[in-house]
Amino acid sequence: MTALDEVKIGGMGASRRRVEDNRFIRGKGNYLDDITLPGMLHMEILRSPVAHARINSIDTSKAWAMPGVRLVLTGEMMASRNLAWMPTLSYDTQAVLATDKVRFQGQEVACVIADDPYIAKDACQAIVVDYEPLPVIVNPQQSMAESAPVIRDDKVNQPDNVIYDWEVGDKESTDRAFAEADVVSKLELHYPRSHPSPIECCASIADFDRATSKLTVYLTTQAPHIIRAAVALVAELPEHMIRVISPDIGGGFGNKVPVYPGYVASILASILLERPVKWIEDRTGNLISTGFARDVYLQGELALRRDGKILGVRMNTLADHGAFFSDAQPSKFKIGLIHSAFACYDIPTAHLQARGVYTNKAPGGVAYRCSFRVTEAMFFQERMVQAAADDLGMDQAEFRRVNFVRDDDFPHRTPFGFLTDSGQYAKCLDVGLEAIGYQDFLKEKEEAAKRGRLLGIGISTMTEPLGAGNSREYDILGIKMFDSAELRIHMTGKALLRTGAKSQGQGHETTWAQIVAHELGIPAQDVVVEEGDTDTAPFGMGTYASRSTPVAGAAVAMVSRKIRAKARKIAAHLLEISEEDVEWELGRFYVRSNPERGVTIQECAAAAYSNMPDGMEPGLENVAYYDPPNLTWPFACYIATVEVDPETGVWDVLRVVAVDDCGVRINPMIVEGQIMGGLTEAYAMANMQFITFDEEGNCIGANFTDYLLPTAWETPGFELHEVVTPCPHHPIGAKGIGECAAVGGPAAFVNAVMNALQGTGVRNIDMPVFPDRVFRALQTREDIGGAPPVRAEV
Amino acid sequence: MTSLFEEISPTPADEVPVRQITLTVNGQRRSAVVEPRLLLVHLLRQGFRLTGTHIGCDTTNCGACTVLFDGTPIKSCTMLAVQTDGHEVMTVEGLAGPSELHAIQEGFKEEHGLQCGFCTPGMMMTSKALLEENPNPTEDEIRWALGGNLCRCTGYQNIVKAVMWAAGKLDGAGGGENAETEEVTS
Repeated sequence: MTALDEVKIGGMGASRRRVEDNRFIRGKGNYLDDITLPGMLHMEILRSPVAHARINSIDTSKAWAMPGVRLVLTGEMMASRNLAWMPTLSYDTQAVLATDKVRFQGQEVACVIADDPYIAKDACQAIVVDYEPLPVIVNPQQSMAESAPVIRDDKVNQPDNVIYDWEVGDKESTDRAFAEADVVSKLELHYPRSHPSPIECCASIADFDRATSKLTVYLTTQAPHIIRAAVALVAELPEHMIRVISPDIGGGFGNKVPVYPGYVASILASILLERPVKWIEDRTGNLISTGFARDVYLQGELALRRDGKILGVRMNTLADHGAFFSDAQPSKFKIGLIHSAFACYDIPTAHLQARGVYTNKAPGGVAYRCSFRVTEAMFFQERMVQAAADDLGMDQAEFRRVNFVRDDDFPHRTPFGFLTDSGQYAKCLDVGLEAIGYQDFLKEKEEAAKRGRLLGIGISTMTEPLGAGNSREYDILGIKMFDSAELRIHMTGKALLRTGAKSQGQGHETTWAQIVAHELGIPAQDVVVEEGDTDTAPFGMGTYASRSTPVAGAAVAMVSRKIRAKARKIAAHLLEISEEDVEWELGRFYVRSNPERGVTIQECAAAAYSNMPDGMEPGLENVAYYDPPNLTWPFACYIATVEVDPETGVWDVLRVVAVDDCGVRINPMIVEGQIMGGLTEAYAMANMQFITFDEEGNCIGANFTDYLLPTAWETPGFELHEVVTPCPHHPIGAKGIGECAAVGGPAAFVNAVMNALQGTGVRNIDMPVFPDRVFRALQTREDIGGAPPVRAEV
Repeated sequence: MTSLFEEISPTPADEVPVRQITLTVNGQRRSAVVEPRLLLVHLLRQGFRLTGTHIGCDTTNCGACTVLFDGTPIKSCTMLAVQTDGHEVMTVEGLAGPSELHAIQEGFKEEHGLQCGFCTPGMMMTSKALLEENPNPTEDEIRWALGGNLCRCTGYQNIVKAVMWAAGKLDGAGGGENAETEEVTS
């Protein structure tokens, strides 16, 4: 009997082709809009055309009179059922349908439910709303002005527009570090607002069945269980009578974590009409009202010793949260994990002061391919690092090397208090520098400069905290951020696995089965994976913040081990030996003294239903809830080279090298897919994705003609490399990866452009680094801030 | 039928103008009575239950709704159903029979050219038109041809490889680069 080949059975390390593709490539996916229920009605939302106004009246009579219209919902009707406002994931409130005022352009004002979406759209146009305009606030600077109107006058104890003042770190010792510094390097930045924009917009179908009192809600949600809890609380329905089903999701990227007013309105409509109600958001609705990301200003300072050592960090951030504080993030961190900045560097002390304010813009602050503001953290960090290296006249790679946490210095306490556990930072950097040909490029750059060409190279190195959380520190609305897996082994050795996560393209149906194959030797093709139905899946916190593999993936390994422990007892029974004499190899138990004698895991499964030992509970299934001891800390080094055209400011990407250390890779093909997707979003952020507002709060970028997403044509090619440092506490040594490139990537591109402009006196151009901004910087030799205000300077 | 969205609205408004159209969808002749304003994508998805064609942006930018109109890729979210009267439309469901896969479909799976899968049908339809016109495209030609189809997941590199894989297979070479590991799923 030869041992199973793990790759052949689709175990760890196999670039197994994806199971879910079999339906997607045939056009047989089951996305929300593909679902049609008998008797289903259609909902459309009327949104506010203005950013700030008092609502004097809403006249819905013409809409009601249109043939095919079944219901018109307004804030007043919601209020009579105590549903005009709902709680956000950050302990604030958000209007479902506006009652008193509208507070951003695109806010939900009324809903029409009709036989057909065309009729519902027509009827929305027939609703007459009398708006009395109010002064509009479009940036945090205006928001904090003495004369600023209070946007959230619906709240008691809200005398101004400040949501929080939050600090972390050690102010005193940081002040001392700055007093002792040889050089202080300063940088002011804005990480602009961005929108995740999955190609599928948000949607819901609510189906309330009066006969059973059961509410089934189909939702485009990354976190079905949290939504079930939220619906139970908001709609005051018993939780066991709510079933949330998240079908195939056409991309999420954080956009599909929050609860949106459309969901709540469709639920109420279904309860009132006792028919299924479908709401499909259109693209403009998605862009102007659902969770945006970023929009944080930074004043950053590094205290430096002349030899390049960083002695201290000072960060002062100001975040624009829009009209409602609806960040999806762990409760105790008001600005997410932005204090994970500088985790890869050995820095004695740091202090961060964060302020968040309301403005008349769409609410959000979602973790767009990001672990709760880690994207801002790492961008700020790597831009500050480059500016500091330039200020010291030091090579940017050498400056990083001097400050990296050393391989033998783990576990390491970061300057803001996180605990990192593993990594080979200098090695990753070396692999990257070697791949890009660093020294050769520097020579080429010098040669090119003599002929008036501007070449630049940008580096971004970072470790980030992925996989919230551990239950001591991480919760959302009090629910601890663990995750779960349930595994049933059938009599014939085939298996059904369910988890509390929810894939939106990450390929869980493929990779979770690989973990089972690795732990039990059951071929991956014999394991079917289901997620997203709260009636069948165990409770979990869902998929975002790169937490699936660190948390749910760990639960899959742990539940497999529970199964193996029981199967071992069955094996002992079948082999008629004591359990201590049983040995395990992939897929098979055998007698220690006689390895030829053994039973396969499939034979154990059969026995669990047909020949179990006396006194043993029949069956072979189990569930595991996994509470990780810590976050996982992948490391990445991204390097981009660019050429800037001094005549036009246009910059072209020459090469992109990515070195990722995400620990053990379950499916290398899928990991590389995640990295390339993230690099593309990084490039998009640095180059073109721009959603902003004019002085009146009109959203500029409310469709894909204005909000530019990169196509195959603009997107550069990527060269991927890897280093593997297993996570010491994860059961299979894996770390998160989904967001790394989107988090660390933007700084590589911006640093590359700034490197090309080295010597011009320009230290910063805010993203997107549009050609006209580069051109202006080259003309004026001054930094270019992207905001405020506001309009694209095209 | 005036409304595709209900098992026929109980009170169809008499004044709604309708028009009968006949078109060929995936090789089959189909008739429908539609409002002139009905979008082709809705006729396909609701009328014919061909839900593989998706809607992503409403403004012809994203390409999730791409179908072939007389062999040419078009965005079905901004074409009226009545414009297809007398014409041929092919959707993703028409790429291959129920038990087989088109080389493009195989290529997308082999080269990991999709993640969430939402843009994939549109990508494949555009790719089909490209390969029919240009059986051996370069990387640049593929990237240019796919310029009207947005993908948020993959970063396009594997989509380009998928199209090349398909080109290789259609060319009789038996498939582009080899799969790195043995295939274990059907």
